[in-house]
Amino acid sequence: MAELLNIKDLHVEIEGKKILHGLNLKVNSGEVHAVMGRNGSGKSTFSNTLMGHPAYKITKGQFEFAGTVINNLKTNERAKLGLFLGFQYPLSIPGVTVANFLRQANKAIKGDSVSPKEFRKMLYEKMDDLEIDHAFATRYVNDGFSGGEKKRMEILQMAMLEPKLAILDEPDSGLDIDSLKLVAESINKFKKKNPDVSVLLITHYQRILDYIKPDKVHVFVDGNIVESGGPELALELEKKGYDWLTVVK
Amino acid sequence: MALELNNNEYQYGFHDSEENYAFKSGKGLTKDIVLSISKMKNEPQWMTEFRLKALEIFYKKPMPKWGDTKLLGEIDFENIFYYVKSTEKQGKNWEDVPKEIKNTFDRLGIPEAERKFLAGVSAQYESEVVYHSLREDLKKLGVIFLDMDTALREQPDIVKKYFATIIPSEDNKFAALNSAVWSGGSFIYVPPNTQVEIPLQAYFRINTENMGQFERTLIIADEGSSVHYIEGCTAPTYSSDSLHSAVVELIALKGAKIRYTTIQNWSKNVYNLVTKRAVAHEDAVVEWLDGNMGSKLTMKYPSIYLVGERAHGEVVSVALASGSDQHQDAGAKIVHVAPNTTSVIISKSISRNGGRASYRGLLKVHKGATNVKSSVKCDALMLDEHSRSDTYPTMEIDEKGVQIEHEATVSKIEDEKLFYLMSRGISEEQAKLMIVNGFMEVFVKELPMEYAVELNRLIELEMEGSIG
Repeated sequence: MAELLNIKDLHVEIEGKKILHGLNLKVNSGEVHAVMGRNGSGKSTFSNTLMGHPAYKITKGQFEFAGTVINNLKTNERAKLGLFLGFQYPLSIPGVTVANFLRQANKAIKGDSVSPKEFRKMLYEKMDDLEIDHAFATRYVNDGFSGGEKKRMEILQMAMLEPKLAILDEPDSGLDIDSLKLVAESINKFKKKNPDVSVLLITHYQRILDYIKPDKVHVFVDGNIVESGGPELALELEKKGYDWLTVVK
Repeated sequence: MALELNNNEYQYGFHDSEENYAFKSGKGLTKDIVLSISKMKNEPQWMTEFRLKALEIFYKKPMPKWGDTKLLGEIDFENIFYYVKSTEKQGKNWEDVPKEIKNTFDRLGIPEAERKFLAGVSAQYESEVVYHSLREDLKKLGVIFLDMDTALREQPDIVKKYFATIIPSEDNKFAALNSAVWSGGSFIYVPPNTQVEIPLQAYFRINTENMGQFERTLIIADEGSSVHYIEGCTAPTYSSDSLHSAVVELIALKGAKIRYTTIQNWSKNVYNLVTKRAVAHEDAVVEWLDGNMGSKLTMKYPSIYLVGERAHGEVVSVALASGSDQHQDAGAKIVHVAPNTTSVIISKSISRNGGRASYRGLLKVHKGATNVKSSVKCDALMLDEHSRSDTYPTMEIDEKGVQIEHEATVSKIEDEKLFYLMSRGISEEQAKLMIVNGFMEVFVKELPMEYAVELNRLIELEMEGSIG
């Protein structure tokens, strides 16, 4: 399988504070990688850096995406190359409807402009998949949405924008078991329709991995990957916790 | 390549030659000028006297001691033309309108708007209304929609009955000035139980350098009727200042509804000092939708007097202050006189590039106005460190047990929101525009489609080059 993401010796700091220390990671097309770690282990720094958040400064190392070094690309340019970040805490944009937002995003990323009618049809189909009421199309982005609604909205955006690599930052946090199942199923459905898409699933808990089978599992401790393995690693973590890895380090 | 919109590139900054103008008064304001305006218009005696009395009041009244007194102090009343008549005759049909004037209107898109859905056009070019049409179905309804000068000639009784009853000349210096030299503006009368389904619209335009424009608008919605009036402004750019000082009076009789929508886009050398006031009688509804995009200094506080039981008043305003030479001092005044009256004030302001946006509001509840409900919400969005936003809310509550909500926020465009939008492929510039448009949505969604599109385009033009 073709290499999609290649991170070499990545060092990142925010406001002078070093967070990531020499991280290496390769993801091939079509693979699902789970990145697990405690709160504060640098997982969100990692995902924000991948997407080009201006507050995170790369001090050393580089990352290639689809054969291009993207260290210096702006966030929207990365999105156009096929990177997507599902936010842990999606932001509300009052006064901007979901439909308008997604239409502009769709146009920016895919370059083409489908007719409003076609677009609506596409949007409603994906909403049905996620059991999102069509009325959400005319609501303002994440404005007054519940936690679960926001998370499903992120997956809806992923499904609409069809990235090459979806970084999903804790898509399971704050969800009850029904919402979790729904979110996981829609990720699976999207993955099935688009087998070449890679997923970086960042999570705190093993729970979501009961529904989404990762090809690889990485464990994050203190700003670096300290252990990588197959799906069995997640189960081991579930049993033993993170402490044994901290000791190893 | 984004361009900063400045005076030299002002979108509507074209102007035609002034040589064909039929009459232009000298600069400065004298009794003779007022008399000659009234004489030229062939006005009844009472109006001439009204003007002269107003002139005396104007001379005596001091300048406002509040608001932007510095900018106000720069107005030179001696250096203003108070009356310009652009053509001898008013064209009744589009064909009769002079070619030069047509060209100007063409570039503003007026004929196209007419073709689409205009019910009547009262396009004010200079001080005289040159084009005025009224669609047949409105005529059949008995709706009177005239320019103010014609209304005074053709409907003298009803004009005399209501004229200056809501805003007397004594109200303030600029109302007195308008009363002395007013010209043009719209007059609307809607008969009882008549619903005007299509918005009535007028375009205003200043053309002569140093020319004051003093239009006078009076709208009367008789019992159980409803009407929506839209006023859109655009003016060309000149190097020295122009003064625009309108008076707008609305009267909503029992059970009537008036909505008055303004999109003000004067060029940035215009003083826009406007007095707008409405009375709402029993069960009546008055809504001011007030958008301020242009001008050098705007001071405008649409007000509503809720004088009948269960009357409802609403003022939704947006202001964009862009650049250190622009100050939008806008707001709303609501006065609850009768019991069971309700009101809503929503104010949104955006300041950028050193611009200053002020909200100035009054909420007053008279003794005896029991069971009043009111909600006031002011949101300011500041796009950079150099800009300024102030809030001057005043509340005078003389009755117990009133329900009042008041909320004020000041925000900036958060980096996290930009990051969120940009992570969906949207450029920084587009993301900012999206957030700004979203901020204004509460206003824009109330506009007819054409106006919403036009306003979004204006905001886009203003926002261009906003990334440093």
